[in-house]
Amino acid sequence: MNLFSDAVNWILDPANWVGINAIPLRLSQHLVFTLVTLLIASAIAIPLGFLIGHTGRGRGLAVTTSGGLRAIPTLGLLTLVALWVGIGVVAPYVALTVLAIPPILAGAYTGFEAIDRRTIDAARAVGMSELQIVRKVEIPLGLPLLIGGLRSATLQVIATATLAAYVADLGLGRYLFAGLKTRDYAEMLGGSILVILLALVLEGIFALIQRFVVPRGVSGRLKTRQSGSTAGSTSTEPDSHSLRTGRPTAAR
Amino acid sequence: MTWVLSNLGLIWARILDHVVLSLPPIVLCFVIALPLGWLARRYRVSRGIILTGAGLLYAVPSLPLFFVLPAVIGTGLRSPLNVIIALTLYGVALMVRVVSDGLDSVDADVRQSASAVGYSAWSRFWQVELPLSGPVLLAGMRVVAVSTVSLVTVGAVIGVQSLGSLFTDGFQRGIQAEIIAGLVATVGLALLFDGALVLAGRLLMPWTRKAGPARRTAPIEVSAA
Amino acid sequence: MIEFRSVSKRFPDGTLAVDDFSLVLPSHQTTVLVGSSGSGKTTLLRMINRMVDPTSGSIEIDGENINSLAPVKLRRGIGYVMQNSGLLPHRTVIDNVATVPLLRGTPKRQARADALTLLDTVGLDRSLADRYPSQLSGGQQQRVGVARGLAVDPNILLMDEPFGAVDPIVRAELQEELLRLQKELDKTVVFVTHDIEEAFLLGDQIVILREGGHVAQVGSPADILANPADEFVSSFVGADRGRRALHLERHGDRDAVVDSDGRLAGVLTSRPAPDAVLGAEGSR
Repeated sequence: MNLFSDAVNWILDPANWVGINAIPLRLSQHLVFTLVTLLIASAIAIPLGFLIGHTGRGRGLAVTTSGGLRAIPTLGLLTLVALWVGIGVVAPYVALTVLAIPPILAGAYTGFEAIDRRTIDAARAVGMSELQIVRKVEIPLGLPLLIGGLRSATLQVIATATLAAYVADLGLGRYLFAGLKTRDYAEMLGGSILVILLALVLEGIFALIQRFVVPRGVSGRLKTRQSGSTAGSTSTEPDSHSLRTGRPTAAR
Repeated sequence: MTWVLSNLGLIWARILDHVVLSLPPIVLCFVIALPLGWLARRYRVSRGIILTGAGLLYAVPSLPLFFVLPAVIGTGLRSPLNVIIALTLYGVALMVRVVSDGLDSVDADVRQSASAVGYSAWSRFWQVELPLSGPVLLAGMRVVAVSTVSLVTVGAVIGVQSLGSLFTDGFQRGIQAEIIAGLVATVGLALLFDGALVLAGRLLMPWTRKAGPARRTAPIEVSAA
Repeated sequence: MIEFRSVSKRFPDGTLAVDDFSLVLPSHQTTVLVGSSGSGKTTLLRMINRMVDPTSGSIEIDGENINSLAPVKLRRGIGYVMQNSGLLPHRTVIDNVATVPLLRGTPKRQARADALTLLDTVGLDRSLADRYPSQLSGGQQQRVGVARGLAVDPNILLMDEPFGAVDPIVRAELQEELLRLQKELDKTVVFVTHDIEEAFLLGDQIVILREGGHVAQVGSPADILANPADEFVSSFVGADRGRRALHLERHGDRDAVVDSDGRLAGVLTSRPAPDAVLGAEGSR
């Protein structure tokens, strides 16, 4: 445990809290990078996912593409783009945006797909326009799965942003690679602990958000059903929801 | 292309390294996750502990884990064992959930009728519940296989050789072809493992074959980095 | 008045759901479309609010071809109640009932106040207003569905097997409730069911459909029971067997009515009303 106390001492060392390599600076770099990447990826993936989810068109293509993208190792994509555009922050942005799109896209369209078809049929039958169906029915009911997708994407970007320090002077990952070069295990381990803590904190925040965005009335918490309802679909729906949203996915 | 042709031996060696690093985690995680997943489904308390633990473990980024593991288990920083253990942990983290969901997916009527015709709890698990949750387990294992193959490459930055070494080497020496070769080989290997699992599924679960368009029973969202 | 004029519907997959269907559905009456699955009854119903557009032929409401009306606007003017209620799971009972008025721009206060009144109308306690659909029993959900269908005070109410998914006791309750409502509100109701008993109970006009949207017989319950058009109708309504095929047996000094299985159905008494020929089923 000696190694860990060294690492904790490294984290607490005031020298590491000032200058160009200060922990707060690296941490905010890491966060800003993650946030911007997620915003760009969301701007592309969410509207596209809603469109696929609402119309049901292009689903096969989306599944195949995102499945294929998942098999691509991040490090390979990162180094390849870095060779093309040069060392710097552009390569990580490009590579990570590409990798953040599939989970968000999947979250957006599976959220729509998981909604009971009869609910949407009824909304149409009482006179909602297509846009109103999307806004008032599909988006609120699909939100938990979309947030689940964002959760995967966030964890993925946080993790890969660490790796991005391999090709750019960026974020908490610098401590890992700098320590590796100088064989300073306290720095490597300290940096690693910081990244892990960051990932766990964000995971916790997302877990909380996900609980809040489940529309009231849909969540399993409200089960105060009076008599045994025969409306089979409505009673099984929350279960399949939790099955899907409960999966804290993503990678590193 | 010329780089690839003149370095076929190197690529082959890295492929073998890669298989050696990725196969044990894939196999081990299944063996470990099976009892854990069963335990998670069996008792309310163990369910909370195991599934929360698995969720948190799964959220830990791989690169930092490669650095932390040696400090915990005393291996050398560049030991391949770090990569194997770390990826086994990820596999377990994912599969525990899948096993528990898979066992959940078995129809309660089927379970009860199995008991009614005289299966003991033990034989019911092996002969009824496990086979019937097979499709869900298979879907989970396919995700594990693809993400493990992909994650092995990360080990290259701490010096554990694999197809990932083609990325670091190609990057440092500015050889695009080397990186592309690494990408193609990694994706190819992932597809090979995936295909092998699908084939194994067909052989082991002949009753699922006529099931029409392959619908994933448990949507598992996973991305590898 | 709703009028179908030689309406046909062929779905993209080639199935002919409705074939040259013509019918007049009189205003302020309940028309029941009854048939087994595949008879096109739901398709016919859904054509009235343009959830399905006919391949050929036309449908008129009060003389106006509905093809000339925008679907969304048309639907907001027609009440619709479906099996499993089709309520929005993320909205409370009161908001579900107020959905369509809000879509039409009724101020929120007004819409909610009206919705509360509607809960009374369909026999739901106002304390349920803030519940979510998943917190209600199946029967209560259906009542909310009916309230939503009535929310814009439509002339036409479409009901697609609305009581198909509730248990028999609740179904009987809901059927009685609908009869009471219809007496009060006097809507033009189009009701789809596969249950001939339900059709006879609720319908002023019964349309018996066979495979492919072909009309087997149209008429009042009494017409159909007394003069089934053919074998199909007669076997569909069960006129030739069981408790609809009754005969008299002399027991002591009274005539007992006995069904074809030999079970006693009742005894003959003096007529309760001059025009009740066929008993309770046909007379209401």
